[in-house]
Amino acid sequence: MFGWEFPPHILGGLGTASYGLTKGMSQQEDMEIMFVIPKPWGDEDQSFLKIIGANHTPVAWRDVQWETAKSRLEKYMDPQEYYSLRDHIYADFNYMHTNDLGCVEFSGRYPDNILEEINNYSIVAGVIARTYNFDVIHAHDWLTYPAGLHAKSVTGKPLAIHVHATEFDRSRGKPNPTVYGVEKDGMDNCDHIICVSELTRRTVLENYHQPAWKVTTVHNAVEPLDPEIEAIERLLGVSEKVVTFLGRITMQKGPEFFVDAATQVLKKSDHIRFVMAGSGDMMNQMIRLVADRGIADKFHFTGFLRGKQVYEMLKSSDVYVMPSVSEPFGISPLEAMQCGVPSIISYQSGCSEILNHVIKTDYWDVDAMADAIYSICTHPAMADFLQVEGKREVDNIKWEDAGKKVRAIYDKLVH
Amino acid sequence: MKTICFYFQIHQPFRLKRYRFFNIGRDHYYYDDYSNEEILQQIAGRSYIPANRMLLDLVNLYKGRFKVAFSISGVALDQMEVYMPEVIDGLRELSHTGNVEFLSETYGHSLSCHYDPVEFRNQVKMHADRIKSLFGQEPKVFRNTELIYSDEISDMVYDMGYRKMITEGAKHVLGWKSPNYVYTSINQPKLKLLLRNSRFSDDLSFRFSNYSWSEYPLTADKFISWIASTPPEEQVVNLFMNYETLGNIQPSHTGIFEFMKALPRFAFDRGVGFATPGEALDLYKPVGAASVPYPISWADEERDLSAWEGNTLQKSALETLYSVSERVRLTSDRRLKQDWLYLQASDHFYYMSTKHFSDGAVHSHFSPYTSAYDAFNNYMNVLSDFIGRVKAQFPDSVENEELNSLLLTIRNQELEIKQLRSELKKVIGSNEANLVVKEKAPKNPK
Repeated sequence: MFGWEFPPHILGGLGTASYGLTKGMSQQEDMEIMFVIPKPWGDEDQSFLKIIGANHTPVAWRDVQWETAKSRLEKYMDPQEYYSLRDHIYADFNYMHTNDLGCVEFSGRYPDNILEEINNYSIVAGVIARTYNFDVIHAHDWLTYPAGLHAKSVTGKPLAIHVHATEFDRSRGKPNPTVYGVEKDGMDNCDHIICVSELTRRTVLENYHQPAWKVTTVHNAVEPLDPEIEAIERLLGVSEKVVTFLGRITMQKGPEFFVDAATQVLKKSDHIRFVMAGSGDMMNQMIRLVADRGIADKFHFTGFLRGKQVYEMLKSSDVYVMPSVSEPFGISPLEAMQCGVPSIISYQSGCSEILNHVIKTDYWDVDAMADAIYSICTHPAMADFLQVEGKREVDNIKWEDAGKKVRAIYDKLVH
Repeated sequence: MKTICFYFQIHQPFRLKRYRFFNIGRDHYYYDDYSNEEILQQIAGRSYIPANRMLLDLVNLYKGRFKVAFSISGVALDQMEVYMPEVIDGLRELSHTGNVEFLSETYGHSLSCHYDPVEFRNQVKMHADRIKSLFGQEPKVFRNTELIYSDEISDMVYDMGYRKMITEGAKHVLGWKSPNYVYTSINQPKLKLLLRNSRFSDDLSFRFSNYSWSEYPLTADKFISWIASTPPEEQVVNLFMNYETLGNIQPSHTGIFEFMKALPRFAFDRGVGFATPGEALDLYKPVGAASVPYPISWADEERDLSAWEGNTLQKSALETLYSVSERVRLTSDRRLKQDWLYLQASDHFYYMSTKHFSDGAVHSHFSPYTSAYDAFNNYMNVLSDFIGRVKAQFPDSVENEELNSLLLTIRNQELEIKQLRSELKKVIGSNEANLVVKEKAPKNPK
């Protein structure tokens, strides 16, 4: 598999999904997974798969002593693998910027020269593909499509690509042509396309013009909560109900609709507070909007939350709202439901396809959203029902099942 | 003879600590004690204490011919009392010389004049009482927060019994007129006004140590010669500035203290005297009325209120704050009342300013926050907690007026009970006396 992120060092939902899916798939006994990421940190959980760092794969031959290789790479992989990878360098890449081990450096993030990094990643993929034995190639998101295609052309093995998001979601319908080109090329030349929701599948069919038989939906799932997280108590001292928006404050997530709904609710009631947790390029604009509406004493911003803080926020909430304008899947409502928080999500998010015990509205339907927030906060029966049923529902959404669906696709591709 | 009128402003806000959403309802202490103490001690060490000493020396040296005035906000006095009582001692010594005047202002260094006239009056009264108890003077001259002034405010000030006030000589108000005269309010002809001379004041507070200024270095000789060469009929030059100018804004190595020490000597040589604002306003007759329909202040290039209520963040925060003022006045919880004063300090709103260019730099220089949005979030979290506490005092369903009358009834009843009790005591006392007399009476004949 080619991926870009892997926990614990993640920047977005892609890492979480990669982890869940591989962990779910590893429960199949005859499954062996090798996961390539640009830059491992050495503290990844490798109990159920093997991680290969693109920045530890040589593309130019260097005479490296065993001791050097051992001291530099032991933290990440068996030094012997370095030598076997080195034996499969397929062209002279000395013109590239490489270090003393003959490896290319990667940031592992989303830098400005991301296109260059993607290209380097696919060069490295050529070496890896020649070194190891495998049956199926699986590439996560557009960043790794070129690498997947390269591996496929080298080995002739089938390629499945996994669409976690498309450029149409990220840009609210104004795609960057270069990114679109990379995505389209990957989809055109792969053997199968896996989408995280029907919504994404439709985008792939309509905007990338793929044949329907080639595209399958495998919904994401969610990892069970840690007992440590399960034990977090409600932190807040306020007596009011707390309604939370949690996520990047960007155009894609529809934060302004949340503010509008909050304004509607606060006009009528006094027992509800709103929190917008997270940061993003629209945060200051939202603060101004809140001040403008005159609801700032009941509407709070927490700034960016990390790790455990996210769960502390969820555990302290009474309602979770995700008014995303276009969300390929959206794992966070599932996490909220795990914490026993009733959720309100937009129809325009992929997870609404598999969730029943949530309230769904259109992202632009502020009145309906306000109505739902008010009734959950005001009628305990409604809140209790959503809390209990929601948790039961989400506890049955397992990565293992998603893994089985992916396996079925593999089986079709191999035979 | 020309007169120089010095007045120094002392104010320090109670800066707020990082107050998260999670603290709301659980933590009712809002202040960053560490940085408040640290900043005050630093400024006192560099500026307030050496400046107090220097002014005392000058006053004693010239035996009543050198005079200055101070305006100290109530919150600054509260803070100095806790962290730096020696500053207050120094000011008290200055006060005893009889050549230093203390001005009246709002206790909380607040913008209440604009949002809540009742609060405004209360705070001015509270501040005057505080000055009287600390320095033994009854302030006669009123100075509003940041020299904010408008015709409307002059009405309020006049109604409170003040006949003297000082404010900014804003160019867009004065036009061709000079600030070096006494003016009156256009609404209240009996309220005399003294206007800040922004050119000479800023020469000291901003330009004194600026190497790129064409007049650098500024000597006392040169400065006095500028003042002396203003048209002979101009009477009074008002140098109003932050007390921190001496030693902090202009650090002692710039020579500001030596400059101040030399100033009176050159002034007397050129026939220029000194007076406190109160004396200057008694001494000179007003030459005309100043009409200020829109509020002015001494802040920023615009000299208006835009530094505190220029954007929606600031407006929203101020409106939310003053929406509970009536309720706060009804309570008798002392901690609540104290927080109420401290939260009104204009500084909190100043930090939320999003003005750019040169003034924006001044704003961010004083701000403990990384951005205006940050300042707003933190303040609003604190305010939410505060409002929660205010609302917890009385049920929300009762209207203010109804609540007021209920409280009045309760208080009256309390008084009545007290009165009746004392009457009862008297009656019982006299009865007992009667009994004693009666008991004693039979014995007496023996």
